[in-house]
Amino acid sequence: MLRFTDAHEWLRAEGEVVTVGITAHAAEQLGDLVFIELPKVGAKLSKGEAAAVVESVKAASDVYAPLSGEVVAVNDAAAGDPAAVGTDPQGAGWLYRLRLDDPSEMDGLMDEAAYAALPK
Amino acid sequence: MHADPLATVDTPRASGLLRNPLHALHLRRGARMVPFSGYDMPLHYPAGLLKEHIHTRANAGLFDVSHMGQIALAADDPAEAARALEALIPADIVGLKPGRQRYGLLTDAAGGIRDDLMVGNLGDRLVLVVNAANKAADLAHLRAYLPAAVTATALDRALIALQGPKAEAALARIAPQVAAMRFMDAAEVPILGHACLVTRSGYTGEDGFEISLPDVAAEAVAEALLADAAVMPIGLGARDSLRLEAGLCLHGADIGPDTSPVEAGLAWAIPSVRRIGGARAGGFPGDARILAEIAAGPSRRRVGLRPEGRSPVRAGAPLFAEEAGTEPVGTVTSGGFGPSLGAPAAMAMLPVALGTDGTRVFAEVRGQRLPVRVVPLPFVPAGFKRGRI
Repeated sequence: MLRFTDAHEWLRAEGEVVTVGITAHAAEQLGDLVFIELPKVGAKLSKGEAAAVVESVKAASDVYAPLSGEVVAVNDAAAGDPAAVGTDPQGAGWLYRLRLDDPSEMDGLMDEAAYAALPK
Repeated sequence: MHADPLATVDTPRASGLLRNPLHALHLRRGARMVPFSGYDMPLHYPAGLLKEHIHTRANAGLFDVSHMGQIALAADDPAEAARALEALIPADIVGLKPGRQRYGLLTDAAGGIRDDLMVGNLGDRLVLVVNAANKAADLAHLRAYLPAAVTATALDRALIALQGPKAEAALARIAPQVAAMRFMDAAEVPILGHACLVTRSGYTGEDGFEISLPDVAAEAVAEALLADAAVMPIGLGARDSLRLEAGLCLHGADIGPDTSPVEAGLAWAIPSVRRIGGARAGGFPGDARILAEIAAGPSRRRVGLRPEGRSPVRAGAPLFAEEAGTEPVGTVTSGGFGPSLGAPAAMAMLPVALGTDGTRVFAEVRGQRLPVRVVPLPFVPAGFKRGRI
């Protein structure tokens, strides 16, 4: 199940664990990424809390937790090669995995068609 | 990402923004446009900021800087305009020869910096290039304080910067005489039949030119330069990262009314003739403070900073002498990622005692204290074409 937020994140669910990243639109808007800061494995995140930071040459942008849960994995390869997040943000450029406190909250997020129709 | 995640890079285009003569060219070339100093300006083109930056250092980049202010000062006796301007700028304008240009500072009564600018001597007039954000205030200031015999006129002209090691070859294809110019020369040069003013200068740390030209000529000259395979259009994003790596000040960030020229490390722009003991010592706004600071040294200084980690440290980040320090000792004034350095870089104001090369201080970024080291400026050596003297 692939879901999106209006803050330009994507979430892919496998059971109660979701993989989180930024959308291709966000990556394109941010431009060349030079630094990525990821949450710590084990961190408990509340929905809306700053979870990660993606920085382009020009600016830093927070990536807020789209839903509440515990960080169970982070993409160290992405942190080591921020440009890769820009080139494949919805694949190899995933940021972290979250075990959701309430997996049913995924139902409240947009599907791909709804996200595509979002005014950007 | 936060609710308006891209506000810093993609502010929606507001109505009422001004457009430069190259606006259509930017759109045609797929630029991402952003509001800047009241103008709709290119942040970057499809190549992206990193490639644009690297390309400029290796080849040549074309920048639209038409938003900047261009002001002509004229008087029946050109020497009078030079003398009069020295009452506002602590530089040697009287000694500026025709065909030469100089960097200077408009100071205020408190010894702060109203603006930084270029002054060129065209023989019958002086031409100033000032920051976009200050151009109206600068013109009003000049008109208020220059004698009636000296007229200050805003020039409604485009301004193109061509920067990088291949700038000379690219411009010489359509204006061969520029090849003979050296760093900080200024000359009236016809380009494609248009009366242009060319200076061998810029703000990237590279060799290059700034070309002031009539609005109607801007497109044709820009396209003729871009027809050279070595020349790429460059947006404001790379303009900023290039000037940061070159250790050059951005007015409103690194320098401003709250910083003196000496604190900013710009005392080199105040020659001995304007200092204590000089033939035309003082006689400019803030002279008492500024000359005293030159003699005794400032209490704080602009420095270069290299973060030890990979995280960029940006403008506004407070600096601490100790990792657990409670009182900030300074603030980052410009910062980001240096594409040619391949690492983050920043500038800051620090107390002189902490401003020596190699000193380790801590920048607060998102609640963390990151170690940064004071380093000499510039971060990247300059590539100016200085003549034999």
